[in-house]
Amino acid sequence: MLTYEEEFDIIVVGAGHAGCEAALAAARMRQKTILFTMNKDTIAQMSCNPAIGGSAKGQLVKEIDALGGEIGLAADQTAIQMKTLNKKKGPAVWSSRTQNDRSAYRLVMRDYLENQNNLFIKQDTIVEILVKNEKAYGVITANRIGYHGEAVILTCGTFLNGLIHIGLEHFPAGRAGEFPALGLTENLINFGFHAGRLKTGTPPRLDGRTIDFSKTNPQPGDESPKPFSLRTKNELQNKCLCYLTYTNQETHEYILNNLDRSPLYSGKIKGVGPRYCPSIEDKVVKFKDKLRHQLFLEPEGIGTNEYYVNGFATSLPEDVQLKALRTVHGLENVQMMRTGYAIEYDYFPPTQLKHSLETKLVENLFFAGQINGTSGYEEAAAQGIMAGINAVLKLRGENPFILDRSQAYIGVLIDDLVTKGTEEPYRMFTSRAEYRLVLREDNADQRLLEYGNRFGLVSNNLYEAYLNKMERVNKEKKRLRRVFVSISAFEHLIGRMENNKKICLAKILKMPEITYKDIIEVDWEARELEKEVYEQVELEIKYEGYIKRQVLEIEKAKKLESMVIPDDFNYDGLIGFKTEALEKLKKTKPISLGQASRISGVTPGDIAVLMVHLKQFMAKTSAVGCLSTAAKEESTDSTDEID
Amino acid sequence: MSKGNTGNLSSIEDTIAAISTPLGEGGIGIVRLSGKDAVKIAEKIFKGEKPVSQISSHRVTYGEIIDPQTGDTVDEVLLTVFKAPNSYTTENLVEISCHGGQLVVSKVLEQTLKCGVRLAEPGEFTLRAFINGRIDLSQAEAVAEVIRAKTDLGLKLGLKHLKGDLSEKINSYRDRLIDLLARLEVEIDFSEEEIEPLEGDKVIEELQSIQNEINDLLSTYNEGKILKEGLNVVIIGKPNVGKSSLLNALLKEDRAIVTPIPGTTRDVISEFANFKGIPVRLVDTAGYRISKDIIELEGIKRTKIEMGEADLLLLVMDTSSEINEEDLNLLQEMITLKNKYLLVFNKIDIASADLVRKNMEKLKDKSIVKVSALKGEGLDSLKDMIVSSSLVLQKDQTQGVLLSSIRHKDALLRAKKSLSLAMDSVKNKMSPEFVALDVKGALDAIGEVVGKTVTDDILNKIFSEFCIGK
Repeated sequence: MLTYEEEFDIIVVGAGHAGCEAALAAARMRQKTILFTMNKDTIAQMSCNPAIGGSAKGQLVKEIDALGGEIGLAADQTAIQMKTLNKKKGPAVWSSRTQNDRSAYRLVMRDYLENQNNLFIKQDTIVEILVKNEKAYGVITANRIGYHGEAVILTCGTFLNGLIHIGLEHFPAGRAGEFPALGLTENLINFGFHAGRLKTGTPPRLDGRTIDFSKTNPQPGDESPKPFSLRTKNELQNKCLCYLTYTNQETHEYILNNLDRSPLYSGKIKGVGPRYCPSIEDKVVKFKDKLRHQLFLEPEGIGTNEYYVNGFATSLPEDVQLKALRTVHGLENVQMMRTGYAIEYDYFPPTQLKHSLETKLVENLFFAGQINGTSGYEEAAAQGIMAGINAVLKLRGENPFILDRSQAYIGVLIDDLVTKGTEEPYRMFTSRAEYRLVLREDNADQRLLEYGNRFGLVSNNLYEAYLNKMERVNKEKKRLRRVFVSISAFEHLIGRMENNKKICLAKILKMPEITYKDIIEVDWEARELEKEVYEQVELEIKYEGYIKRQVLEIEKAKKLESMVIPDDFNYDGLIGFKTEALEKLKKTKPISLGQASRISGVTPGDIAVLMVHLKQFMAKTSAVGCLSTAAKEESTDSTDEID
Repeated sequence: MSKGNTGNLSSIEDTIAAISTPLGEGGIGIVRLSGKDAVKIAEKIFKGEKPVSQISSHRVTYGEIIDPQTGDTVDEVLLTVFKAPNSYTTENLVEISCHGGQLVVSKVLEQTLKCGVRLAEPGEFTLRAFINGRIDLSQAEAVAEVIRAKTDLGLKLGLKHLKGDLSEKINSYRDRLIDLLARLEVEIDFSEEEIEPLEGDKVIEELQSIQNEINDLLSTYNEGKILKEGLNVVIIGKPNVGKSSLLNALLKEDRAIVTPIPGTTRDVISEFANFKGIPVRLVDTAGYRISKDIIELEGIKRTKIEMGEADLLLLVMDTSSEINEEDLNLLQEMITLKNKYLLVFNKIDIASADLVRKNMEKLKDKSIVKVSALKGEGLDSLKDMIVSSSLVLQKDQTQGVLLSSIRHKDALLRAKKSLSLAMDSVKNKMSPEFVALDVKGALDAIGEVVGKTVTDDILNKIFSEFCIGK
């Protein structure tokens, strides 16, 4: 084996959405970084739908952007249609989504990578990780060349032993038309890792010239859309429409009649698929009484006639796919450009990771993205940037960067993964976040920009602009509490007679019928504010009550979170636990009592017992700063002994 | 994921309260509060010479505990404040010594809970003392064992309470709330699916209906006569069948308070005991037989009154001799009274098997508990039968289900409050995520009773009931 003469600080394996963010973060934090991709032309490929964001995912993109990641900026620059989901609901669940030009996205992201200092891109396949004394120090390529680096980040997507199914046919592949990554899973298993198998699927792509759009419902984007990225200064333009059509009874019957040729229903596919993204055959079988299913036809880009059929993921045989599609209104004469397929791939159950995404078994080895059992570009990118930052911090000997569940969806994502693991491809939902009302798109900057700036991933200019905005927001909030006006001025809006008492503007703004714009009518001083400032003011005041309650809950939960369980805490021989709880604790090695309490099978009793052992352990090792309680050991008075 | 039922332990800075004296032992009960608000809260429910905040540490003060809502006196008590850090837990600690047994003490505890105190987890006082460095580290393992034992016991007791109808009921609230929450969440996370939005009126209707049921269940806690006054168990039988020995044997381990009832003749003696958490008033009566003796007639009159008031009658027969007319007459009389009763064959230790069989034949179709009051045999199963018959009685009073644990009550009260907040949100036309916040809160509270968490259940529900995903 040859060894490449140059050494690197950080090696990233895989250039999908996780790999790109990891490599960019590492390089920007001044580490000499090399990014391996099996094919330089499919860097940042959107393997499935040509869209970024959506419920809970939009929040993730905003968070990554606030940390200094690129997914938001790339999505803005290549967006062809923009929409905010849940616009009729409260701001906590507003989620932005863009339809993107698939090729443009790939090229834009590659452009960022190629022009990034300290970052080198290499087309090659990695077949082995170099490990000595349980510490990673490099990788070996398919051509048997060793690259040395201090930390390795694996972001392998669906490529590990990828196997594509179309009907009863199957063949090894990483994506349609791409090679799978062979050997790496086995290599990792040799180090003691456990692997599992998951499945996901993608729908066929259609030739737009053969679609009769007049039989479908056009779906326009939002007027005056907002960008994902704080760095996007240009206005976003909707450049195309999506189209909605439906399956019908004929489609369903045809699919049901051909289930014997489905790899899902004939038992060929062993991997577990995502329940939230079922194939069309799954929907038809499991929800028999549903008369129709929505199909969104989404353009793949500006310079192409190709359409993505959202809602029609399938692994049925090609002829069945085509005939089933042709039963749909508008698709009677359709031609498929690409066939839908299912893919099975290896993943490594993420309970084998620390919160930093470093593996527990091999030091300086990090995993991010689908290798951890997640699904989605946004989930992958979120892990990517966190793995990138943490690999750098590790090399610098600094504490890992861990976001908690109350700080970010990223925190919820990673905590869920490393605490509970996942048995199906994990997708983010807002309902996974217990503090949903404070994890909003609009305050991602308030939550995370400071970190991004501290790591050198967010420019000082951007950070100062943010500080400036917040100053104005706080000033206006104070002012609204100070200025009292007669409520009668708002009577026409409230629609009821109030006595003529004077109340502060903040209280008036809290009324469901009143918006900040109504305040402007009465209060001339308000006019001077920019939209981004007054929107933030309006939201923080309107939902103050709910937000305060969440904040209180967060504070309560913090107590347990702040009780850290040291790495060298040993569970062997500890008494008082239930057997199941002890096994899970040993396996998961939680970092705090808070995390321990979220492990299924660990009861409050176990936590109390753990707290006791932990306290004893801390006393023995005379470590400091663990159990942050108001312990006053010295000042006990024997007269108050009660028991 | 989820906080769920770990919520309680996460809040080690909550103010907590618990009864510190063991169940059914001694005539004085102690309720203890610990935490930063202990003094503030005690002040709300204590009426004495001066407000609790002005009482000096480690001084015993006389006063009354009052219901903070109605101002009614609950009990006369002695109150002691132990100011931080000079207390067992090193936190502010208030100790309330009250009269009476279990029932009064529970009542006092209840007043503290009304003021926002949280009921302590088993062993939580000890745990706090430990965490705050009050207990020596060498005791760590012992503390761990205590906590585990108490928790397991609590769990077992909890499960026992939760068997059958009560758990069915609480699980049904939980299922309905999960249905509703899944419905709200699906609108948020899958807004582009073809799912008709929930109408506000329907949501309120469902929330109100669940809250009404919780209210009904909560009211059984207050109205449960048996828990309030004890199960009235009257022992009858002809003379010399061993009634008094049975009373004494039953009281041996579980005696609560000796309460001579004023104005009774020496022929009626009653004492309180606590059988497996059920307070029981045991009444011994004079031997019952047809007599012309004035004194005996007076005794029999009283016995008859007691029989009429009994929740449960224990008809004791001496099975070492043949069952006779007198025994059967008594049985007949009991049956005409339509009271619940248990047949007890005493002196099983000296009765021949033949005789026992013969006696049993005379009472065919009746279930009989065989005991020896003298040797202590069969007493456990007798207590079990008393307790289970009390559960039947409680059911009669409350159409099936009874809430008997203050812990469950506490959790249901929180659930109720969350449901009100959720309804407020709907009325104010807030969007589903705000409603969901409090529906989830209610589910978390209910989860503490049945020991289940929520998040994964919601997603499972969504995936199984709604065809979602593009």
